[in-house]
Amino acid sequence: MHQENAAKKEERVTFTLAGALAGARRCVPVAISGCATGLVFGTLAGQAGLGAGEAALMSALVFSGAAQFLVLGIWASPLPMVAIVLTTIVVGLRHLLMGAALGPVFSKLPRLKAYGSVYFMADENWALTMGEFDKGRRDGAFLLGGGLLDVLAWTGSTFVGGTFGGAVEDPARWGLDFAFTAIFLALIAGMWKGRSNILPWTVAAVVSVAAYHWLPGQWYILLGGLAGSFAGVVRRGP
Amino acid sequence: MGLDPVTLLAIVLMALATYATRAGGLWLANRFELSERAGAWLDAIPGAILVSLVAPTVLTGGLAETLAAAAVVLVALRTGSLPLAMATGVVAVVLLRTLAAGLM
Repeated sequence: MHQENAAKKEERVTFTLAGALAGARRCVPVAISGCATGLVFGTLAGQAGLGAGEAALMSALVFSGAAQFLVLGIWASPLPMVAIVLTTIVVGLRHLLMGAALGPVFSKLPRLKAYGSVYFMADENWALTMGEFDKGRRDGAFLLGGGLLDVLAWTGSTFVGGTFGGAVEDPARWGLDFAFTAIFLALIAGMWKGRSNILPWTVAAVVSVAAYHWLPGQWYILLGGLAGSFAGVVRRGP
Repeated sequence: MGLDPVTLLAIVLMALATYATRAGGLWLANRFELSERAGAWLDAIPGAILVSLVAPTVLTGGLAETLAAAAVVLVALRTGSLPLAMATGVVAVVLLRTLAAGLM
């Protein structure tokens, strides 16, 4: 196992157009459900007093559904700047873990490509990228390709939602609220390697459900992820 | 559809905050030499985060969500197809919710 890891680390890391296109292709279903969410976000942003252009700009620059929906909840006049920024940071803390997980591969890329690509890192294209790396296909542009498609879909649909706000009915009626859950579940199924997954995943599930019920906001993602990943290490022993 | 300067400032600050979290993890990973254990920890992160993202919906969202989740996992394991698994989940959850509402 250790030697296998060492051999893996010697593998070459590429950053190609083909990799970016492959990433974009794999992200098509993600982008489609992202459009549905973007329409809803644009609509709600309109109700919170943001113009369609402002909402679209936020989608393009912030590119984080979780953070954007949460700040809409506290969007008031005058704008509570500190609360808005703190919320964004707390929701984004999981990105620290995700970025660190990219580290072993991305550290072999030129700085501009690595730090430019992580701008486009969202839950979905990051998870797909980790799946690719796991299979030995180590093309750093995979993340960028998927992210570019996602940010276009997210920004475009936000603008449409903000412009024609009110036209989108309750997304739960069409099951679209479950689309992301389904994508994540499929990705989890693909990551199953055997019984070694049982303990960390059980710990992650228990902690996230507990945090979801007892803590506000998005803490459940970070706490579950931390607890589960630590359980994965402890299990291996020193 | 004009841009309000205060709104623009809030958006730019949000963008900087999110980018800091996106780049921060990579920066830390590049700064420090990774031990074997740290590597094992990073390996365990993706699965643990994904499980944490879905666990509240799947385990406590309701019977329709739990059953639809089981269908998604089954299709994903059998076919390995992401779009097919997603479509299965969306259709299953709508049918099951309708069924549950009808039984109430």
